Parts: sequence; C-alpha cells; structure tokens
Amino acid sequence: MIRRLSVLLSLTIAVCCPVFVSAQSAGQSGGELHFCLRGEPKTFNPLLVEDDASETIRYLTGGVLIRLNRQTQALEPGLAVSWKVSEEGRKISFRLRTGLHFSDGTPFTSEDVAYTMKALMDPQLHSPTGDSFRSGDGQVVVQTPSADNIVVTFPAPVAGLERLFDQVAILSAHSPKKEMAVLGPFYVADYAPGSYVLLRRNANYWKKDKEGKPLPYLDSIRLDIQRNRDIELLRFRRGEIHLINTLDAEYFDRLQKDSPAAAHDAGPGLDSEFVWFNQVPTGSLAEYKKAWFRSTQFRKAISMAINRADLSRIVFAGHARPAFGPVSPANHFWFNSALPTQQYDSAGALRLLAQAGFRLEGETLRDFSGNRVEFTVITNSGNKSREQMGAMIQQDLSQIGIKVNLVTLDFPSLIERITRTYDYEACLLGLVNTDLDPNSQMNVWLSSAENHQWNPKQSKPATPWEAEIDRLMQAQSSAITDKKRKSDWDKVQQIVAAQQPFIYLVNKDAMSAISPAVLGSAPSVLDPHAFWNAEVLRLGPDPALGAQK
Amino acid sequence: MKPLQKVAASILCAIFVLMVLATFLLPAPYARQFRDMPNAGPSTAHPLGTDALGRDCLSRLLYGTRVSLLLAPAAALLSTLIAALLGSVAGLLGGWFERIVLAATDLSLALPWLFLLLVVRAMLPLDVPPLVSVVIAFLMMGLLGWQASVRVICAAARGVRDSDFLLLARSSGCKPARLLWRHVAPNLRPLFYAQFFISIPLFILTEANLSILGLGVMEPMPSWGNLMRGFEDFSTLSANPWRLVPLVLLVIVVMCFQLVLPQQEVAQ
Repeated sequence: MIRRLSVLLSLTIAVCCPVFVSAQSAGQSGGELHFCLRGEPKTFNPLLVEDDASETIRYLTGGVLIRLNRQTQALEPGLAVSWKVSEEGRKISFRLRTGLHFSDGTPFTSEDVAYTMKALMDPQLHSPTGDSFRSGDGQVVVQTPSADNIVVTFPAPVAGLERLFDQVAILSAHSPKKEMAVLGPFYVADYAPGSYVLLRRNANYWKKDKEGKPLPYLDSIRLDIQRNRDIELLRFRRGEIHLINTLDAEYFDRLQKDSPAAAHDAGPGLDSEFVWFNQVPTGSLAEYKKAWFRSTQFRKAISMAINRADLSRIVFAGHARPAFGPVSPANHFWFNSALPTQQYDSAGALRLLAQAGFRLEGETLRDFSGNRVEFTVITNSGNKSREQMGAMIQQDLSQIGIKVNLVTLDFPSLIERITRTYDYEACLLGLVNTDLDPNSQMNVWLSSAENHQWNPKQSKPATPWEAEIDRLMQAQSSAITDKKRKSDWDKVQQIVAAQQPFIYLVNKDAMSAISPAVLGSAPSVLDPHAFWNAEVLRLGPDPALGAQK
Repeated sequence: MKPLQKVAASILCAIFVLMVLATFLLPAPYARQFRDMPNAGPSTAHPLGTDALGRDCLSRLLYGTRVSLLLAPAAALLSTLIAALLGSVAGLLGGWFERIVLAATDLSLALPWLFLLLVVRAMLPLDVPPLVSVVIAFLMMGLLGWQASVRVICAAARGVRDSDFLLLARSSGCKPARLLWRHVAPNLRPLFYAQFFISIPLFILTEANLSILGLGVMEPMPSWGNLMRGFEDFSTLSANPWRLVPLVLLVIVVMCFQLVLPQQEVAQ
C-alpha cells in the first residue's frame, strides 16, 4: 500500500511540476567552459594589456566601474552604482557599491579606485589603457571623500570619459596578491605557459541573477593556448572546446555545413577593408602618378568602378556588407546614416575620369599626357581574402581600361613601405576596430598623425579638406555633449566619403562559433563576440557533445 | 622503345601539344571571372568547374601548365647544371678544392633562404609585370637550388676518380677538362637525370610557397603551384575532387619523364 502511494506520489510530482523538470534540463550551474587563446598572454596586469590574449583575461577577470553592454552598446553600472561627469568633461564622480570584496577576500573601497587611477596615470608605467585618458599637461587629481565616493579630475576635458572606464580593471591597494586579486567574475587560478590558463569562479563576485542567485554560473574557464586556427576549428568540431570568438567567412561556412546551430553571424562588425593611394609628396612615384592619386575625381572614379556587392558576395560568401565610410553601421550611435551609398557604376566612373582629363583609347585608359593608367596594389601575403579582393578589383578596373598589378608582400616589408620608404602606389589593407568612440581614430584622421596613411606626419594640412577634418576632430574631442561630438564626427564622415582618401570596400561580419551545449549566449558585433556575457553562460546537460550536436 | 615508354612519350606529347595550343583551346580567358558561378562544379561550359572567383578551372590549368612546364624544368636544368659542374669537378680533383666546394655547400644549406628571398622581394621594384615576376622566381630557384645535388654528384665523382679507366686516360696524357667531359660526365649522367627529375616537382611546389611570399606567380596568372594552393582547404577538396586535377597532372608528367628519358640515356 505504502509502495503504491509513493509511486502515485512520484507520478503526481512528475506531472504537476513540468516547470521544475524543464528548468533542470535547460542548463545547470557549474561546469568548465573551454575555448582557445590565439597567443600567449603577455601580462596579467590589467593596466598593461596590449595583446588579444591578455585582453580576454582582463575582460573575464577584471571588475570595472562602468561596463559597456556589448549588445545594447549602452553603459551600465559596474562597481559604481552611479556616476556624474562635470566641468566640461574634466571631472567624474562615482558612487561605489559597498560591501564588496576582491577574489582573495580583501575589502573593496574608494582607496582601491584611487590606487588604480594613480597607477594608470603614472608615466613610468606606460599603460596603454592610461594613454586614452591623457588629455593635457598636468596631474590627475583623485579625491576620496568617503569609502564609497571618489572624484577624479583631469587636467583637460576628456571626450567620452565615462566610456573609457570600461577598460579600467580595478586593482587592490592592499591585497598581497596585487593584480591577481580581482573583482571580476573569474580569477586566474593556474597558468601553464604555452599550454593553458585556468580561470576559476570568483566566489566574491558582486553580481546576482534576477532570482538572486550569485553569478557566474560556471565553475571555471579553461583557455587553451592554440595559435593554429585549423586545429582550433577541429577541436571545436570534436567538442573539445565550446566556442570560437572570431571566425572568418571560410571557416564559418565550413562549420555551417556541419553544424549550423553552432555557427553565429551577428551581422556587420566594426572591421573594415579598404584601399588607398599613396599621396606622400616625397614618395618615389612618377610625378604623373602622384597627380592621378591627388585627384579627387580619380579616387572617386576608382571607388565607383569597384563592385563592392560582388566583393561581399564572393570573397566573404555574403558575410560582409559594402562599406562607404569610416564607421560601420554596427556602431549604432556614431554611424552617419545620411552618407551616400556608392553604387557600382563603371560608366559613371568613366564620365568622372573624362572630366579629370583621362580618355579611353580602345581598352586602355590614358591620362591627358598619354600615359597609360596602370598602378600596383600591394597587400600582405598569406591573406586569402585580400588576394581575392585584389583579383576582383583587377577585373573591375580593367572594365574602365585601368591595368592593376597585384603584389603580395610579407607584413614587415609592407609596413616598411607604407610607413617609412613610401615606395608603393596603392595599398589594400584592413582595420580592426575595437573602440566605438571617434577619439580612438584621432591617430588616423589628424593630418599630423602617423596612421594618416595616404599622407602621414604632415607639418601642416596638405589640403583644405584635411585641415577641416583636423578642426572637426579637435572640436569633437573637446566637446562636452555627445550630440555636438556626433555632429562634428558626422561631418568628418561626409568629408571622407566625398574625398575618398580611403576607399572603403566592405565591413566584415562578426562571426563566432558557440556550441549548442553553451546556454545563455548572445553573440554580439562588439568584441568579445561570443563570451561578453560570460557570467550568465552555463553548460547544458551534455557539454561533452559540444559542437557535434 | 617498350610499349610503356611509348605510352609515356605519347602522354607527354599530348600534354605539350595542349600546352602549346592552350590559347586556342581555352573555354574562356584564364583571368575572366564568371561572378555568378563561383565554386561551380563541372559543366559543359566549364568542364573542370570554376574556382572561388568564378574563373574557369580548365583554362587556368591549361595556361598554368604552360607556365610550370616551361619554367620548372628550366629552373631544374639550371640548378642541375650548376650542381653537375661543381660536384664533378670537386669529386674529380679532390683535395682542397673539394673541401672548399663542400664547405660552401654546407654553408649554403645552412643559410636561411626564406629570409634572403624576402629581402630579394623587398628589393625588387613593385611594378614588375606578372610574367617577369615568374621568370625571376624560377631563375632564383635555379640559382639557389643546387646544394643537395652537389653533395650527391660529388660523392659519385669521387667513386669514379680512382677507377682504372680514368687512370688509363690520365696516363695517356688526357687533360682534366677532357677527363671531365669524356670520362666522368658520361658515367654520372644517370645521376644528373635523376637530380633533374627530382628537382622539377620540387620547384613547382617551391613556386607555390614563394607565391605566398609575393615572389612566385602573381594574380591573375595561374601556375600548377598556385592552383595547388587550394589543397590547403581539405573539406572543399573532398567535396570537389576534380580540383585534384593539377596534382594528378603533375604526377603524370613526372612519371612520364622518368619512364621516357632514362631509356634514351641507356640507348646512348
């Protein structure tokens, strides 16, 4: 009788509690997430991070005052409950969370933030993160009115000040473990050089889920150091790792054929591919070629004669979008949606060239002196997609009588040519953009900048439109309101679209691979694409099967 | 000539005829991109399908055959000639000259050629037409690819040095140059052929690697080497096995050479 009753009771529980059952099967706390770093981390000090591997570890272990939500692109409170920017962007005040502890148990107070800011701005440390805060000569003043309040005053206004704190992981002023004591969701538990980095769950992490359960869900993350992308993909297919943060189009398509549920395309990312002409006055080019490259009509005609839709469709298998300006549409706030979209039009290109004095003789384009229009595009060797883009540009430009030679060079030789000897005619390269703010592009757009590739390090702007870009970039960097900054940056984008110093080709999609065994993932166009919300990721009931499912 | 050799000779002739007549046989210009059909399978319009940019694979193969079959053997011939000359003289003379040649060979083998080639590429002007770039690449291979052959040929020449027929020739007043030309070289000829045939596929594959450094055959010109660069993507290759045709052709050509030419040598 008792046995019957217990069986009946069991059945009743099973029927009446489907929610409980499904919640259990939907995922479980704990478990170890595996993925690969594509290089050795150079440092565990969050203030000295320069390389991708160290950046990954900083992101997963560092506690920051303000966090940029990679999906909404909005700033969210982190260790700071609230903040206020004042004095035209010179001063920022934070109110901190109370009762928090570092991973080793050391209490967190405003003293730690002050210690971090002083270390960050110490010129002796040469912190790459600190460089973005340097706005003028003078000392940064840090005041700690109380244990949960801190005020930082900079010598000059810093544009987009609060956004920069997304990169500043707070160090402990008192912990004997120094930078290994962290406030992020994980801490570094073990590191075997050349092999792996093991991160364990930080039991003192402050964040909780909606139900009040402490985050992160995962027990640990194992980051295997693996440079070879083929092996990384193979390991993903075998289910040995759970995610690949960035995939190129070729690998993405291969994966999509086998396991479509694991391949994620978040849409156009921030990375762009572009071509530019050498306009350096001292460059070792024939004078008539310099004249072509300085002609806005010539550059616009080239831009018009390149079929960007074909580049996206064929070279990137549809995982890229035609690009028309320096900001990707993925950058929601700073993208200028009013920019004209350059349609492929070889007849229009020929008309523009005719206006500039060029003429088509048979199948050969000649300038007004009778010189055949022919130039060499260099790109880095071993990059299949750029070599293919180069071959397609060759055919597109041959339609308007221009002969293009494509030369691939090893990267150091290429950099030597584009930054020192200026012995090249045109270059096809890409830009990996990790920051949304236009300030991060000051080193490209200022005419005096080293990365102003078409004509770098100018003592004074060579053209009126470059002078105007200089003025607008300086204005946006010192403007207080985002509205004013956006207005200036929009104008810069318009000038760039009109003058085409860089002929933008495509914005590549942000693609990643995430095993169906990982629950809670939401791939983003901003880096890190696949694990930006690592604290809420959890492994499904059968993590070992990974990608094969 | 044995039947097998006749078959090999016929195949070689057919390939050479195809190579010469490539211009008239091409289904489409080798550089033309049919952008509506990238990575297409074999069809009547494109018997070997198309590549990633929609270019006709048969046209590229025929034109690439011309580039590789003319230039790789030329480079192999150049390197074999250098090796034959240095190795034979060193082996025949012996003593300090042999030691110097072998030391120079060891030194040359120890040099990081990859980096030297990168330096050479960096020094070359950029506006070199693709054809000139190809010739430079194969010329460099010919000039730099002799070291391994020298050691083998020198060892063989050393064996001939103390032979009775050479002693007899010396005693009858034969000059060193005549000794080399009339007595040593004919005895080493099978070795020269072997080194020559070994070098051909090696140079074709080296050209593929040099293309990655920007030294080999540049876009849009095809060669067996850069056609075989597509083999790095195994999954695409297994789905499109007809893309193995350049490799099959390379194997056939090398085999046919080895079947045909040694017989001629034996006949001499």
